[in-house]
Amino acid sequence: MKRTIALSLCALVICANNAGAMDRKILTIASEGASPPWNAINADGQLAGFDVDVGRDLCRRMNVECTFMPQDWDGIIPALTVGKFDAIMSGMAITEKRKKSIAFSTPYAGGFNQLVMRKDLALPATDTSSKLDLTSIDAEKQAVIDQLQGALTGKTLGVLRSSNSEAVLNELFGKVATIRSYDSQDNMHLDLVAERIDGGLADYFTWKTFLDSNDGGIAMLYGPQLSGGLWGPGVGVGLRQDDRELIAAFNSAIEAARQDGTLKRLSEQWFNIDVSPRVSN
Amino acid sequence: MNTAIALEALVTLPRGLVLTLALTFASLAAGFVISIPLSFLRASSNPWASAPVLAYTYAFRGTPLLVQLFLIYYGIGQLPLVRQSFLWPVMREPFWCAFVAFTLNSAAHTTEVLRGGIQAVPRGQVEAAKALGLSGFHTARLIVFPLTIRIALPAYVNEVVGMLKASSLASTITLLEITGLARQLVSETFAPYEVFIVAGGLYLLFTLLITQLFQVLELHWARARNPPPPARSL
Repeated sequence: MKRTIALSLCALVICANNAGAMDRKILTIASEGASPPWNAINADGQLAGFDVDVGRDLCRRMNVECTFMPQDWDGIIPALTVGKFDAIMSGMAITEKRKKSIAFSTPYAGGFNQLVMRKDLALPATDTSSKLDLTSIDAEKQAVIDQLQGALTGKTLGVLRSSNSEAVLNELFGKVATIRSYDSQDNMHLDLVAERIDGGLADYFTWKTFLDSNDGGIAMLYGPQLSGGLWGPGVGVGLRQDDRELIAAFNSAIEAARQDGTLKRLSEQWFNIDVSPRVSN
Repeated sequence: MNTAIALEALVTLPRGLVLTLALTFASLAAGFVISIPLSFLRASSNPWASAPVLAYTYAFRGTPLLVQLFLIYYGIGQLPLVRQSFLWPVMREPFWCAFVAFTLNSAAHTTEVLRGGIQAVPRGQVEAAKALGLSGFHTARLIVFPLTIRIALPAYVNEVVGMLKASSLASTITLLEITGLARQLVSETFAPYEVFIVAGGLYLLFTLLITQLFQVLELHWARARNPPPPARSL
């Protein structure tokens, strides 16, 4: 009799757990906490932002309890692979290079990057609402890049270390400009305001928060909205490659959050526009 | 252990050596020059001379070098007064900010090291110099300082090695010395283990060279002080 009860209890637990289909109950997710509105440390010292809200929603769907921990961007991937935490949700773009070390969920957001330059440099005007996909560069795109290279020759540009922007900046402007790599976006903003650097390349939304702040008045967006190429298909959850169960769980939770409009709602709440992924893949 | 990445690090990281050594030895040299007059002031029995120097060494020895570096790099850059002054072309550059921070820090440590040496010079030597009619400056230059250097040398080697290692902090203000290059390489390869082992090995190598060099100097001075006994004739 006892055995029957135990077995049926067991079955009940398995059924209740079916949504997540995981043995794990507690998950630790790392986020940088220095790239608002993706993620930031709020006045209470807690992580907050789009990544965190999406993360909490996905955890609810997977039926697991999640804690968020801050982790410097520089070193966030090695820390995941050695098991300091279980997942990265930090506005991290899915790229081929990162895929060699870690796995990614399907994207939970899109996004793009843009140059920002100091206003007092009086650079030639550009169309900041045009788009430039770096995936395959034809003659027309090359002309735009050449024009940018001309305008930025001899300038000093800042970028976040270990970011795709760093790789893109080195590839496009490494020969004509001096490039300085920063360990956080905040430190780069300080040096931009202090005029140690003339501009930089970073995620558009991170810039937006800075440009709307008091200090941001000295700088402006410059050149087209950049995406594709080294930035890959979008922003995903970074996971360990052997953690197949967790990858599958995140994928189905993201798909569900996309379909019922949660991703769109959170995106509009944090970015004022919809950056939810268009198609699931 | 991925040997390919370790090899790549072995080729890449030495490119940062020039900057690491330039930062270390330029700051040490400037710090040493500053610390000589300061150490005499600090060892002085006049509180008006020693107290301000003590305040300076206390502040720079009592706070982390990283904090000093951030104050000088990010802190000073915030002040419009500095940005509009003649200092800005210098303080705008991360190298010079690191140089200033390291020099001020090293001068504070060296001042205390030399002060200890000055106070350990036997009184009799100073009194003998006075009896010979040497002026205060000449006593300091010809008697006290040469003895101080010999007494303080072992402690000063620690400062030299410490500064070599502390120069790695320059990587936090965008400078690409050994550690800066290592962090960049880690960000490309996601292999901190291999890269930082090579970086650590490079520092270890130079620490070894520095300690050996100073040991030769120490032996040289020790021989000069205790000449070998004259050969005994039977």
